[in-house]
Amino acid sequence: MKLKINARTSEYIAKGFIWGAAMSVMIVLVAIIVYILVKGLPVINFSFLTTNPYNMGRSGGIASTIVGTIYITVVAIIIAVPFGIGTAFYLAEYTQENIITRIIRFSAESLAGIPSIIYGLFGYIFFVMYMGMGWSILAGGLTLAFMILPTIIRTSEEAIRAVPHIYREVSFSLGGTKWQTIIKTVFPSAIQGIVNGIILSIGRCIAETAAVIFTAGSVLSMPGSLFDSTRTMAVHFYILASEGISMDNAYGTAALLIIIIFLINVIVNALVNRFISKSK
Amino acid sequence: MKKFKENLSGRIFLLFALSSISALALITVFIVVRGIPIISDVGIMDFVFGMNWAPTEGEYGIFPMIVGTVAVSLGAGLIGVPIGLCCSIFLSEFAPPFITTVFRPAIQLLAGIPSVVYGFWGLIFIVPLIRDYLGGPGLSILAASIILAIMILPTVVSISEVSLLALPRQYKEGALALGLTHWQTIRCVMLPAAKSGIVAAVILGIGRAIGETMAVIMIVGNAVAMPESILDPVRTLTTNIGIEMGYATGIHQEALFATGIILFVVIMILNATAQYITRKKSG
Repeated sequence: MKLKINARTSEYIAKGFIWGAAMSVMIVLVAIIVYILVKGLPVINFSFLTTNPYNMGRSGGIASTIVGTIYITVVAIIIAVPFGIGTAFYLAEYTQENIITRIIRFSAESLAGIPSIIYGLFGYIFFVMYMGMGWSILAGGLTLAFMILPTIIRTSEEAIRAVPHIYREVSFSLGGTKWQTIIKTVFPSAIQGIVNGIILSIGRCIAETAAVIFTAGSVLSMPGSLFDSTRTMAVHFYILASEGISMDNAYGTAALLIIIIFLINVIVNALVNRFISKSK
Repeated sequence: MKKFKENLSGRIFLLFALSSISALALITVFIVVRGIPIISDVGIMDFVFGMNWAPTEGEYGIFPMIVGTVAVSLGAGLIGVPIGLCCSIFLSEFAPPFITTVFRPAIQLLAGIPSVVYGFWGLIFIVPLIRDYLGGPGLSILAASIILAIMILPTVVSISEVSLLALPRQYKEGALALGLTHWQTIRCVMLPAAKSGIVAAVILGIGRAIGETMAVIMIVGNAVAMPESILDPVRTLTTNIGIEMGYATGIHQEALFATGIILFVVIMILNATAQYITRKKSG
């Protein structure tokens, strides 16, 4: 260093910067959440949650968007979970590191980095057009299933690898086959971590906008079947806010989204902490 | 029967495991097939370096959007990376335990907040601030950079924190034993040793910034023009798709998929680089 600063002074300056940065991030987070909640909470009441939107969302509640969000999330989870867990078991239990696992890992990690708008484009051209599903819950859910697949693979594989090796050895020594060992020993021990990944993925589905707006559409009425178009809460919020249709209802929807995401984070953290304290 | 079940289960797991490969292949094929015709019609150079985007007049040049994307994500990196690094050093070195238990979930929560909410918050807070104090329309490169800087924090913080925590304890203990201060230890020993993880964190963070759509649509102004300052509105590759996909048909829609191809290629290169860096270190 050319510039001579006393080691103690630079220590203070660096510490100050680091604390400052960390605290300002906290302040920004709190500012975002508090602002949305202060504006949105007064809007949320029983009828807001249970009546359908009228007049493009200017009046009425958001019931149909809640139902649409749930449908799409359920479809995505049902499709992605078996594939994700299956992949994780294959990577962790059935094979050594070789060219196939390397390609699988590369694909999964690349999928995790692909922007949601690309998923939206893909879902539109593949599910909506090519498969002829039209703008529908099914097309939206399947698109999201592609999007959350890498999250489920990664969290499940970590959970499976965290199961102590001795469990498997005991099961094998009792004459258990590989399949029996996986189903009766490894899976139950890893289930908490796997559930974690699933809950995180639910959060991603609920928060997603770009990938669903081009695949599920933005029809406001209550969806009757998987082939109906629907509007999720995040899309509803985007349309209300960006077109200035109803700021009150926009804030209400955003507040509900924030509350759900917050609860999901609390649940995941509680599960992780329980997991850590149990394994100690 | 048992033997059969054993073999079958292995096969089924392999089949599941091929899903991520097929997903990536499907995405690549369908986006490329839909977007390639227009690129070959217009010519790759004219498409990428064309200055005019006027789908109604058959002009498809995305260079201003590439500049917009670069400007916005560089800005996000310049603001977000130092702050993110500070946060990860804070978490791994300085934070007292009771703060860590709040701070780490808080960073996770940042990752969970819907991008539309960030965009909206930026529109309400950041855009008016810029308009009133710095001039210009407020909807600008700067506004998008600030919001994206917040959005990439979870990526930057979590990956660089992991690589800092993964360092052998002897590095730190050795440095401290030689009489270095805590900060000197971090700057001269720990950060260089964790360099590859941090570089990967930065690359993935920038990748997130490049790929973000909804938040950026709401605050970047979306004007198709070459920006002259960071207070000018721009359009990015993602917002070009996001805005026009709603009504585009025919060749216009193909041009949006072609925009997607460019975006996809850039992201895949960044991903592969980040994976290569982390793997080289661990392997």
